Amino acid sequence: MAQATGISAAPSARRWNQRTLAPWLFMAPGLFMFTVYVLWPIIQSVTLSFYDWNGLYNQNGEFTGTFVGIRNYAELMTDPAFETSLWNNFYWLALYLLALPAGLFIAIFLNQTVTGIRLYKSLFFFPFVISQVVVGLIFAWFYAPNFGLFYLLTEAITGKGTAILADPDLVTFGIIAAGLWPQIAYVMILYLTGLNNVAPDQIEAARLDGAKGWRMLWYVVLPQLRPATFIAVIVTVIGALRSFDLVSIMTNGGPFGSSRVLSYYMFEMALGEFGFRMGYGAAIAVVLFAIMMIFISGFIWKMWRDETER
Amino acid sequence: MVHKKVGTLAVVAALLLSTSAIAQDKRVVTWNADYDPIPLAAAEAMIADFEAANPEIDIQLTNFDHEAYKNAIRNFLTADAPDLANWYAANRMRPFVEAGLFADISDVWAANGLNESLASSVPSSTIDGKQYAIPYTYYQWGIYYNRDAYAAAGVELPGAEGVTWDQFLANCEKFKAASIDCVTTGSSALWPVAGIFDYLSLRTNGYQFHSDLAAGKISWTSPEARAVFENFGKLQPFVTENHAAIDWQDAAAIFVQDKAAHYVMGNFAVGVFKEGGMTNDNLGFMVFPEITPGVARAEEAPTDTIHLTSGAKNPEDAKAFLAYMASAEAQSKWNTAVGQLPTNKNATVPADDPFLTAGFQALSTATGGIAQFWDRDADAEYAKAGMEGFQRFLVQPEALEEILAQLEATRTRLFPQ
Repeated sequence: MAQATGISAAPSARRWNQRTLAPWLFMAPGLFMFTVYVLWPIIQSVTLSFYDWNGLYNQNGEFTGTFVGIRNYAELMTDPAFETSLWNNFYWLALYLLALPAGLFIAIFLNQTVTGIRLYKSLFFFPFVISQVVVGLIFAWFYAPNFGLFYLLTEAITGKGTAILADPDLVTFGIIAAGLWPQIAYVMILYLTGLNNVAPDQIEAARLDGAKGWRMLWYVVLPQLRPATFIAVIVTVIGALRSFDLVSIMTNGGPFGSSRVLSYYMFEMALGEFGFRMGYGAAIAVVLFAIMMIFISGFIWKMWRDETER
Repeated sequence: MVHKKVGTLAVVAALLLSTSAIAQDKRVVTWNADYDPIPLAAAEAMIADFEAANPEIDIQLTNFDHEAYKNAIRNFLTADAPDLANWYAANRMRPFVEAGLFADISDVWAANGLNESLASSVPSSTIDGKQYAIPYTYYQWGIYYNRDAYAAAGVELPGAEGVTWDQFLANCEKFKAASIDCVTTGSSALWPVAGIFDYLSLRTNGYQFHSDLAAGKISWTSPEARAVFENFGKLQPFVTENHAAIDWQDAAAIFVQDKAAHYVMGNFAVGVFKEGGMTNDNLGFMVFPEITPGVARAEEAPTDTIHLTSGAKNPEDAKAFLAYMASAEAQSKWNTAVGQLPTNKNATVPADDPFLTAGFQALSTATGGIAQFWDRDADAEYAKAGMEGFQRFLVQPEALEEILAQLEATRTRLFPQ
């Protein structure tokens, strides 16, 4: 394009075209998508969070909401359900990171040449392949009172069965455990590919210098796994913050809202059967977005630093 | 450009012409509904009857999945309104009425004498003195009991008049001693606990109190509300443990397996109990026991309704169909097929169904009034907060003060004094 338009122009103008216009032309499709599907919804959500609106347009297609300023946010500050969701999101974030050491451990364990190792690897990877909905259902049955395996086990050991999903204090941890199952598999596969790229000569050299066990892992292997660790942290943090499907499948946020997380609470408020408070839901979404932005900016800053240092 | 527009118009017109040609020049009435298979078949039979009587009208029913409908209705009412739409009475229809999406059909009520024949449903169909709904079916709530469980625990069966509250609690002690849950429920979807709470509230303080409570006019920390929770607390130890993690159908399994004696439920559950193997011989129905002597007995009977939309393209014929749906003849037929109760007092109830006749008896003698159900009587957000409170009380009765304080905070926020 730049060439076609620049043929008859002066050389400097042509260079200006190439240097300035071409990148924008190449970015245009991406920017268009980004604006329509990312930026515009963000602006819309933020705008909506200042309104009180039940999601209905009237018969003439007019918006029926009323502007309430920051009242939605003020309400969030005193809303006990919001507080519960925030705490639960924190638990998700903290405990989800357990997927890293667990995934690394399994990856190292599987990183050997034994007959049939491919089969073992795929079996360990299996939980990540099945849908989150299925994971949720399996664990809901696992925990189910009266007939679930976990319930029967606790009944056999302690004499009284524990129904995790009916217990307001345990329910979030039960769901996180279900979420960790596929997440560990995901982290494992990231580390397995990372382990493939560990330089064998460095291992060899370290071994000659007498390193083994923990020291080998900590000083030689792990530094080489840094890119894999970085990606694993990103997917785990984001996976924890956007946890929704498991909560929705396993408990619907219950009992009495004890297992809500921000994304589920937003859905409940905006689109749930008793919700349709679009403005309030949007306010929750904005808060979740702000929390995510802290992490996302951190990741972007790190990536930018790595690139400029190179 | 102009030509292009004319062109599209012509194409659209041609399409419209061709569809109306397929309909053989009948006047079309569109109807969006959310029926399960049995009600759907009953509705289709009614449409066939109506079309036979009115050959120039063609009713086109579009059926939605029950859960998906709750979201779909919000879109289609504004974007592409059918002439008729299914929904629910009382507060559940209020948002649509207030947004001007449901049309006033007081004229249909007046012209067909419905204020007379549908007398019990006038309040739940009326907002600000105008009628917006045609109620065509409802079903009673009450206590379903398992006669086999009674036999297993050696408890005397309740008589035709049911039992007293003290007797009920005394029976619960005996069931507990026999390791049978006195009352079962599955509250993971919250609403089943509202049924228990509603009855406790109706029996402790009466219909007016309950209605005011649902409308946010009564404080949760008032002595009357506390009295309801006190009775709730008496029942709490006898309710199935871990109910918060199971669905109402899972609890139905406990009930069917003789591991529970009572289930506070709506009549729609009878089908599930019978699929589980129960018969009219071991399944019984009684009204919820009287608690405060002298309080007029009120019952719960959620009503399903049809509405004329404001965007209706053929309101005249749609109104003719609504009048038909309100008639005793149509309601007898539909409700017999589905196993529910007609709202038209001149309609008939099948005599061979003991639960329908018992329900009809219970509702027609309920001098206190007919409540719709907590989530239809109360505003949506308030209903949800209430149901979470009820469920929490059943799990953590010791947190009563905190629950009441939270409910009261919600009330003062939603209904500024």
